[in-house]
Amino acid sequence: MYAFIKKEFFHIFRDYRSMLILFGMPVVQVLLFGFAITTDINDAKIAILDQSKDPITREITQKMLSSKYFILEQNLQSNNQIEAAFQSGNIKEVVVFEHGFAEKLQRDGKVDVQLILDASEPNTANMLSAYSSGIINTYSLQQMMAANKIPVSIQTESMMLYNPELKSVYMFVPGVITILLMLVSAMMTSISITREKEMGTMEALLVSPLKPLQIIIGKVTPYVLLSFINLIVILLLARFVFGMPTQGSMTLLLLESILFIIMSLALGILISTVSKTQQQAMLLSMFALMLPTILLSGFIFPIENMPIILQWISHVMPSKWFIIIIKNIMLKGVGIAYFWKETLIILFTTLFFIAMSVKKFKVRLE
Amino acid sequence: MSVPVNIQNISKSYEKVEALKAVSLNIKAGELFGFIGPDGAGKTSLFRILTGLILPDSGTASVAEMDVLKDFKKVRNITGYMPGRFSLYYDLTVAENLNFYASIFKTSLKENYDLIKDIYVQIEPFSNRKAGDLSGGMKQKLALSCALIHRPKLLILDEPTTGVDAVSRKEFWELLDKMQQGGITILVSTPYMDEASLCNRVALMQSGNVLSVDTPSNITARYKGQLFAVKTNKMHNLVTALEQVPAATQVYRFGDEVHVTSFHENDTVFVGLLSDALKEKGHLDIQINKKQAVIEDCFLALMDKNQAI
Amino acid sequence: MNESKQIIVVNDLVKMFGHFTANDKLNFSVKKGEIFGFLGANGAGKTTAIKILSGLSKPTSGKAIVAGFDVKKHPNKVKKNIGYMSQRFSLYDDMTVKENFRFYGGIYGLNRKEIREKTAHFLKKLDMEDYGNMLLKNIPLGWKQKLAFSVAILHNPKIVFLDEPTGGVDPLTRRQFWELIYESSAQGTTVFVTTHYMDEAEYCERVSIMSEGRIEAIGTPAELKEKFDVKTMDEVFIKIAR
Repeated sequence: MYAFIKKEFFHIFRDYRSMLILFGMPVVQVLLFGFAITTDINDAKIAILDQSKDPITREITQKMLSSKYFILEQNLQSNNQIEAAFQSGNIKEVVVFEHGFAEKLQRDGKVDVQLILDASEPNTANMLSAYSSGIINTYSLQQMMAANKIPVSIQTESMMLYNPELKSVYMFVPGVITILLMLVSAMMTSISITREKEMGTMEALLVSPLKPLQIIIGKVTPYVLLSFINLIVILLLARFVFGMPTQGSMTLLLLESILFIIMSLALGILISTVSKTQQQAMLLSMFALMLPTILLSGFIFPIENMPIILQWISHVMPSKWFIIIIKNIMLKGVGIAYFWKETLIILFTTLFFIAMSVKKFKVRLE
Repeated sequence: MSVPVNIQNISKSYEKVEALKAVSLNIKAGELFGFIGPDGAGKTSLFRILTGLILPDSGTASVAEMDVLKDFKKVRNITGYMPGRFSLYYDLTVAENLNFYASIFKTSLKENYDLIKDIYVQIEPFSNRKAGDLSGGMKQKLALSCALIHRPKLLILDEPTTGVDAVSRKEFWELLDKMQQGGITILVSTPYMDEASLCNRVALMQSGNVLSVDTPSNITARYKGQLFAVKTNKMHNLVTALEQVPAATQVYRFGDEVHVTSFHENDTVFVGLLSDALKEKGHLDIQINKKQAVIEDCFLALMDKNQAI
Repeated sequence: MNESKQIIVVNDLVKMFGHFTANDKLNFSVKKGEIFGFLGANGAGKTTAIKILSGLSKPTSGKAIVAGFDVKKHPNKVKKNIGYMSQRFSLYDDMTVKENFRFYGGIYGLNRKEIREKTAHFLKKLDMEDYGNMLLKNIPLGWKQKLAFSVAILHNPKIVFLDEPTGGVDPLTRRQFWELIYESSAQGTTVFVTTHYMDEAEYCERVSIMSEGRIEAIGTPAELKEKFDVKTMDEVFIKIAR
C-alpha cells in the first residue's frame, strides 16, 4: 500500500506541467474571482443633464460624485444628447434634473429626478439605480430634518449581517473552494486511472493480488493530500489577500472539506470506470462536474430564482450543500448543530459513490 | 512445482469479430509453449482469458486444475503476466518499477534476487534511468523481471519480442530457456515464425483458429509435398516466372531464395521442369536444391488464404 | 556510380542530444529506384536518422541531400518529395478507406479528379474495390498496411520511407507487401525501409547495419554474407550488433 502511494507521488511530481496546473490553478482562480470578477461597482461613469443649475441640484450632484460609486464623465446640455452619450459606450447612467428644480421643490414640496440607465448589463443597472436613489433619498431626508419637517413616511434601515461591506469575495470564496476541490479531486483521479488503462499498466495491476479497494485507496490518497493543501492555500489567500476571516471553527471546516474531497474522489473513480481514455475522463469531469457545480450550486446564480425543475436538480448537487456548510462556518461562525443535515447528505452521497465505484471498478478488462 | 494449463472449447467474440473459435489446448507442466501467429490470430484474447482479465463467451480453462473463471484470484497469485505493451511505468526508474511490482505482490527484490539475477544484471547499470528512456530490448528485460518478481509457477508472455531487434530477441529466448529449466511453465506468443523452433511445442494460430499443435519438428516433418529452394541471377521476377510453371505450387520468396513446393512423384523431373521454364525466361545461374521445410513454410501452407474481411 | 542518379547523399552526418551522440558521422548514398534496407538494433540511431532525412529534425553537423534538396536548408521541399509510413503512424481508424485516400491526397495537393483516379487504381490493384466505404478499424492489419503503403506513394514521391512496415503481419501478407515494394521500385520510386525480420533484409538490394550510432556495414546482402563469412543475414546482424 505504501509503495503504491509512493509510486503515485512519483507520477505527480515528475509531471511538472500537471503540478503547475494543480497548484497554480487555485491561486489564479481565487485571484481572478476576487479581483476581476467582482460584482461591486466602483467609479461608474455617469453624465448629468442639469437643466436647472441651482444650489440644490449642484448639492445633489456633489453628493453623488463624492461617493466612491460615480465619476462624472460628461455634462449634457439637452435631452437630445442623452442617446448619443449612451451610444458612445462608456456611460452607464444619466441623471436628469428638470427645469426650475429648486423652485418646484420649494413650491410643491416635491420634485422628480430622472435616472436613465444602460440596462445592457442588468445587474450593473440595478445596482447603480439603487445607489443613486439611496444618495438622493438620504439627501432629501437631511433637508427635511433641517427644516424640522419630520416626514410621515417610514424609513427602512438595512443592516448587512455577516458581510457588512457586501464584498463579493465573501460570496466567491466558498464557491471557488467547492469547484476546485471537486475538480482537482475528481478530474485528477479519473485521469490518473485512465492513464494506467491507456499505458497498459492497469492489466498488470489487475492480475496482481491487489484488491480493487486497495488499488482505489492507493490511487486517491495522494490526491486527498494535494486537495487538502489546495484548500489551505485558498483559505490563506482569502484571509490575507482579501481579508476574509473564518468566523467559525477551523477544525470543523477542514473536516467537512475532507469529507467533500473524499466524495469528489469517489466520483472521479466512478468517472474513470466509464471512460476509456484520459481525454474522455477529462471531458466528463469538466461537463458532468464543473459546469453543474458552477451553474446549479447557487455559487453564482441564486437557487431560489431558478425554475422549479432546476431547483430540484440542485438538491442532488452535493456541491450545493457543501457551499451552504462553508458559508455557515466561514461567515456565520455557527457550529455543526446548524448544518448537520447538510453534512449528513454529503456523508450519504460519499458512501453511495464509494460503494458504486468499488462495485463498478472492474477486476477485469471489460 | 510447475503447473499444467487446460483450455477447453474457448470462444470469444468482440462485436462482429470472432477472436477465438472454440480453441482447445493442453499445455503440460513445465512446457515452453509457443503461440505463433500474426496480429489478430487471437493470442492476446486467449492470454487475457487465462489471466481472468476477460471472460470467454463459452468454454472453460484451468491453470493447475483451478478454474480461471471461479478461482481467478488464486490463478493470478501463481501467474506472472507480461502484457503486449510491456506494462511499465515510463516515468518511474528501473529500480522503482521493480520495487513497485515486488511490493504489490508482497515480496521484495532481495527475496527473489536469485530468480531474476540473470536478467537483472543486464539492466542493473541503468537502475536509475527512467523506464521510458530505455531501449526496446532493455524495456523487455525489465518487464520480464517485473513479471517474474513474485516467483510465479506460470509465466504468460504476450509478444515479448515484437518490435525488438534480432540480437535482443536471441538473448531473450536464451533467458526463457533458463527460466524453463527452473521449472516454470511458460506460454509465449510471437509473430516471428523463426522463434517457433525455440519452443517445446507450438500452436500455429490464425484468425481465432488453431491450425496445428505439435513440436516444431513434427510440424515441419508433416509438411506435404517436396520443398525446393530456387536461386537465379534475376531474383526480382523469379516468383512470377515460377508461378507460371503448372507443377509448382506455393511459390514464396524466402530470404535470398524462392521456395517452391512440388507434388510431382519424381523430383528430378520436377527440377527439370523448373529449370527449363526459367531458362526460357532468360534466367541464368539457376540453382535448385531440395530443402527441409521450416515453420514459416508450414504456416503458409496451412493458412486460409481467402480470408474474408 | 553516376552522381545524378543518387537520390540520397549523406556526408558526415552527426546528431547529438546533449552529450549523447545518436548519429556518429554517417556516410552513405542511395540510388534512384533502389530498395535500401536500413537495419540496426533498437536504439542504434535509425529513427533519428530517418527523422533527419525526412526533414523532421535538423542535423547537428554534416550534410544530407534528399531528392536534390538539402534537409537543413529546404526541409519543406524535402517533405514534398517523400512519402512516409510506419507501423505506428498510418491511417485514421475512424475514417473509411476512401476518406483516408481523399484526406492524404488533399494534404499533398492532389486535385479531386486525381484522387478519385488514384483511389480507384490502388483499390483495384489491392483487390479491395468492394471495401472502399468500410471503416479502417474493421479491416485486418495486413490489408491496412498495404493501404497505408498505397497512401504513402499516392503523390508519386521520389522516395518512400517505411519504418517497420510489416511488424505483426502474417507471412503471406508480408510477401504481398514486398511485391508492392518491388513494383514501386521498378517504377523508379526509391524505397528506404527498416525491419526486424532478417529474411526481409535479403529482399533489399543494399542494406546498411547500424550499431551505437555508427554504420558498421553497408553493401548488398550477398557481399555482407561473404564478408562476414556466414550463411544468413541474421548471422551478419548478430555478429555486428553484439
